[in-house]
Amino acid sequence: MKNDDKRYLKLSGLEPLVITPESNFINVGERTNVAGSRRFLRLIKEEKFDEALAIARHQVDAGAQIIDINMDDGLIDGKKSMVRFLNLIAAEPDICRVPIMIDSSKWEIIEAALQVIQGKGIVNSISLKGGKDNFVWQAKQIKRYGAAIIVMAFDEKGQADTYERRIEICKRSYQILVEEVKFPPEDIIFDLNIFPVATGMEEHRRNAIDFIEATGWVRQNLPCVSVSGGVSNVSFSFRGNNTVREAMHSVFLYHAIQAGMNMGIVNPAMLEVYDDIPKDLLEYIEDVILDRRDDATERLLEFAETVKGVKKEAIVDDAWRKGSLQERITHSLVKGIDQYIIEDMEEGRQEVNSPVEVIEKHLMIGMNVVGDLFGAGKMFLPQVVKSARVMKKAVNYLNPFIEADKSVEQRANGKVLMATVKGDVHDIGKNIVSVVLGSNNYEIIDLGVMVPPEKIIETAKKEKVDAIGLSGLITPSLDEMVYLAKEMERQKFTIPLLIGGATTSKAHTAVKINPEYKNAVVHVNDASRAVTVMGDLLNPDTKNEYVAKLKKDYEEFRDRFLNRSKEKQYLTIEEARKNKFKIDWDTSVIVKPREMGVQVLEQISLKDLLDFIDWTPFFRSWDLRGKFPGILNDGVVGEQATQLYEDAQKIIKEIISKQSLRPKAVFGLFEANTIDDDDISVKKNGKQLAVFRTLRQQIKKREGLANIALADFILPQESQKNDYIGTFCVSIFGADKLSEAYKSKDDDYNAIMVKAIADRFAEAFAEYLHKQIRTKHWGYATEEELSNKDLIKEAYIGIRPAPGYPACPDHLEKETIWQLLDIENKIGVKLTEGLAMWPASSVSGYYFANPEAKYFGVKKIKDDQLRDYANRKKITLQKARKWLHPVLAD
Amino acid sequence: MPDIREEIKKRILVLDGAMGTMLQAYNFTEEDFRGERFKDFPVSLKGNNDLLSITQPKAIKEIHAEYLEAGADIIGTNTFSATCIAMTDYQMEDMVYEINFESARIAREVADEFTVKEPHKPRFVAGSMGPTNKTASMSPDVNDPGYRAITFDDLRLAYKEQAEALIEGGVDLLLVETVFDTLNAKAALFAIDQVNEEKNLQIPIMLSGTITDASGRTLSGQTAEAFLISTSHIPLLSVGFNCALGANLLQPHVEAIANKTKFAVSAHPNAGLPNAFGEYDETPEQMAVQIEEYLKKNLVNIIGGCCGTTPEHIKLIAQLAAKYKPRPFV
Repeated sequence: MKNDDKRYLKLSGLEPLVITPESNFINVGERTNVAGSRRFLRLIKEEKFDEALAIARHQVDAGAQIIDINMDDGLIDGKKSMVRFLNLIAAEPDICRVPIMIDSSKWEIIEAALQVIQGKGIVNSISLKGGKDNFVWQAKQIKRYGAAIIVMAFDEKGQADTYERRIEICKRSYQILVEEVKFPPEDIIFDLNIFPVATGMEEHRRNAIDFIEATGWVRQNLPCVSVSGGVSNVSFSFRGNNTVREAMHSVFLYHAIQAGMNMGIVNPAMLEVYDDIPKDLLEYIEDVILDRRDDATERLLEFAETVKGVKKEAIVDDAWRKGSLQERITHSLVKGIDQYIIEDMEEGRQEVNSPVEVIEKHLMIGMNVVGDLFGAGKMFLPQVVKSARVMKKAVNYLNPFIEADKSVEQRANGKVLMATVKGDVHDIGKNIVSVVLGSNNYEIIDLGVMVPPEKIIETAKKEKVDAIGLSGLITPSLDEMVYLAKEMERQKFTIPLLIGGATTSKAHTAVKINPEYKNAVVHVNDASRAVTVMGDLLNPDTKNEYVAKLKKDYEEFRDRFLNRSKEKQYLTIEEARKNKFKIDWDTSVIVKPREMGVQVLEQISLKDLLDFIDWTPFFRSWDLRGKFPGILNDGVVGEQATQLYEDAQKIIKEIISKQSLRPKAVFGLFEANTIDDDDISVKKNGKQLAVFRTLRQQIKKREGLANIALADFILPQESQKNDYIGTFCVSIFGADKLSEAYKSKDDDYNAIMVKAIADRFAEAFAEYLHKQIRTKHWGYATEEELSNKDLIKEAYIGIRPAPGYPACPDHLEKETIWQLLDIENKIGVKLTEGLAMWPASSVSGYYFANPEAKYFGVKKIKDDQLRDYANRKKITLQKARKWLHPVLAD
Repeated sequence: MPDIREEIKKRILVLDGAMGTMLQAYNFTEEDFRGERFKDFPVSLKGNNDLLSITQPKAIKEIHAEYLEAGADIIGTNTFSATCIAMTDYQMEDMVYEINFESARIAREVADEFTVKEPHKPRFVAGSMGPTNKTASMSPDVNDPGYRAITFDDLRLAYKEQAEALIEGGVDLLLVETVFDTLNAKAALFAIDQVNEEKNLQIPIMLSGTITDASGRTLSGQTAEAFLISTSHIPLLSVGFNCALGANLLQPHVEAIANKTKFAVSAHPNAGLPNAFGEYDETPEQMAVQIEEYLKKNLVNIIGGCCGTTPEHIKLIAQLAAKYKPRPFV
């Protein structure tokens, strides 16, 4: 209610545009106009709508708050083109977020356009030119469609070219519209006709000043209306002399805006900053615009000769540098440009009393814009991380001044401890969340990776943090998180606990973690939610309510989850074995590897791996969802995805040229037979080297479906014949060092980027090596011709399951692989106590070559298999339970 | 005759709950849907709920009565899909007038019985006009984003036919609801405005959009405020949101428009979000707690329920609504 006392011009695309007296001048984009842009006309004529759309997008990106679309040309079907173009725009959220101005002199086109825009646009234009009846009828129709109108100062007698005629026509139009048509006055915009000055003709002398004065009259006497116009007309006589034209536009606008002109068609590239106009030129122009001297035109013409061509047309990209300090800082933050931030910081520092104000005011205003845009889905994660990079650079510049100025202390929104839990080394997601929170003015204490719970607890107490965020990628990390929740409860913590990372889930959080801690536990599945969640958790007004809601939500979720999982039926391990996956060993082809034994690969070039990269997960790690390469053209995230992809390519190029990441691998191919149903004996010349223990599906299956274990894919011992198995570890070294180097330069964006790229390379390496194994080292598929797409779809023969993943969920099996291949000695990849691999960008696993081998998930197992497994593996039941915890059925 | 424009100033009006949810309980078979009249109809009619106004009018009346008994001030006619566009699926384009007219008549009859019984609480009939199954501002063809499966004029004519039939069947107001594409709604408003002019009427209009998910936008991409701005050119009795979300998730979007409109504000959320089986399991008590937040904040003039809500939900909501003052508006 409170906002509705006043009648404001309210427009909409996908988003609202409300024009209040406080609003700045509303800039209407004018390049999508066949009458004004030859290029646009050509594109429409040739039906190159994609390129025409790019023009519209560019306009919006460049700051147009409304886009004017005009298809009035004798050589095109205006109605058809208008409808087609508007329909295409409707599919581009980054264009159609702004209102549309339907620009045509043909009613047929106007009406067709009104029928395809969902928002409230503007019709440009109607007038009394064709008589009152026609005017009334059109206005009524437009009102029914729901649009604002531009009314031209034009009537039956012609176009208004004097102050008096403008007033006469506007007054009459207004009366008819408001009183007869009941058109809302706030939806009326008058175009008072901007005509050229300095034409040399006496009767044109008052063209500008009459417009300006009439504007003043209209705004004072016709309540609620707006005034608009096409500005470039005014400087028509100086075509070819952009210096003068740009200055004329800004002088004209300066005075017209003061008089009440509040929107218009202005090419931002053709506009000089009023204050930047040289004093002499300014004087000559004002003489002309305001008609202050009889010889104004002659004097300007003469002077114009001297400035002609002095200045090249401004580079559009730099136009934003002409804004106010705040605008520049905000622009730098939003666009992630760090080029000018230091000079802007210095300027800001000079303006304020205490340097910290630059952070608290200028930078925070900018970061709030970033936050709002991000929250509204208009910015994406990679951009926010870039913003944070600029922010960090700015803050680092200011810090010495702030420290010197002891009078103030900075206040953060809150202090958040972030850690990847004990035994786990994966930190990309955690780093992104840290950066996002950091850029939203949270103080982040990042304890890094493999952080023992005692250290987390101790630091949390010592630093009095407001929240703890835990991250982990491998399954054992889940138990670490449960443990930490218990510890927090035991030590009477009250702060919220945030859970994130690839293996975490709302289900696990609700079922396993939440019940252990009385206070808030939240599963934050993507970085974009982190800020709002943290805000809700820490806001003293709402936090109790929010936490109560969370708790309730998670408890309900848990109840539902537990109820559901009880319905599953299980076989005993004996029964499951009887229902094993059966390969017909009499006909199954077993190929002996060409190269038996263990090999190390260190001479692999990153370049060779490039073709094997699956980019889709890379985008996912930045919260951009979609399949590569389609994601690059995605309507919502496409632009960001493309930018991110380009940035990644740049870094990859550098990495390759400097060899700053190094791939290393070791693999082995061995004789093997399945023993005792579920174990695989690995041998060399008949002598057992190791035994791989596999886990078997125990959930009761439908008739005809087997309870699979990996052991089923290997020929049993009883056959007296050899089968074979492979195992491997690939790793990308150097990512940490490189990431640290970026971090020390406050470049979190690239610090995260190199880790994400290293991960992709590791996966690509695994894919590459698997191919080498299939076609060369083992050589069971020498004929294969597969594209990268096929690889991602796993269209090859044989599988390479990895311990810790669904087909073999026991991480302990990695120890067996490590011993068998002597991995740590041979290439230097270590296992942490949580059995994560270090470097984090590593992949290890088995090779099975049988054509019937396939990926599957063991899912949940029962206690009988656990006991049996512990026995076979000769470990205590306790140890087995600890490591298989995530797959144990309740 | 009582006028809802007057009644809405006095108290918070309660809209009924889901029709579909209630009909499920009847377990109607194909034969039931067909009735005697359509027993030889060439296509399957099971699922054509709006047709039940003709083939099973008793059930529809019972449901209306249950909601009125529960305390609803406004009941929506059983015509959500009764346009020639949505009826194409059942080859029933020719039945559109009759379905709307009969649905309106049945609802009128039941509502009037209650008004006679309790004259201090007059009951109103809202002609339900759904979004149809086509969108005017989005392309169903991924390869051609410029393609449209329906035009503004097709929609306008379909809505005009429906609005006329509903008015002639006796509704007090029209309810343009579950708007997921604002352009569809603009066609409906255009049509109603034309009908008003032709019949020299000022039939009150309730307009209710749908915010499809947590993004806070309509399916066609608009924010709540943009939706409001795009539809405020026709004088409305009320504007608000329904469906897709439960009361707690819907609340911020209702708040986003409540202080920006001079019209009355309505909300009829779902009984929570659907569970894994597509069922709504929020109990009347759970929903009522959330609805009370709306009332405490003085957000609404009309409150009711959408998918998954039952007379029990409406009963609790009505009891709460009676305790609070309506939101003031012009």
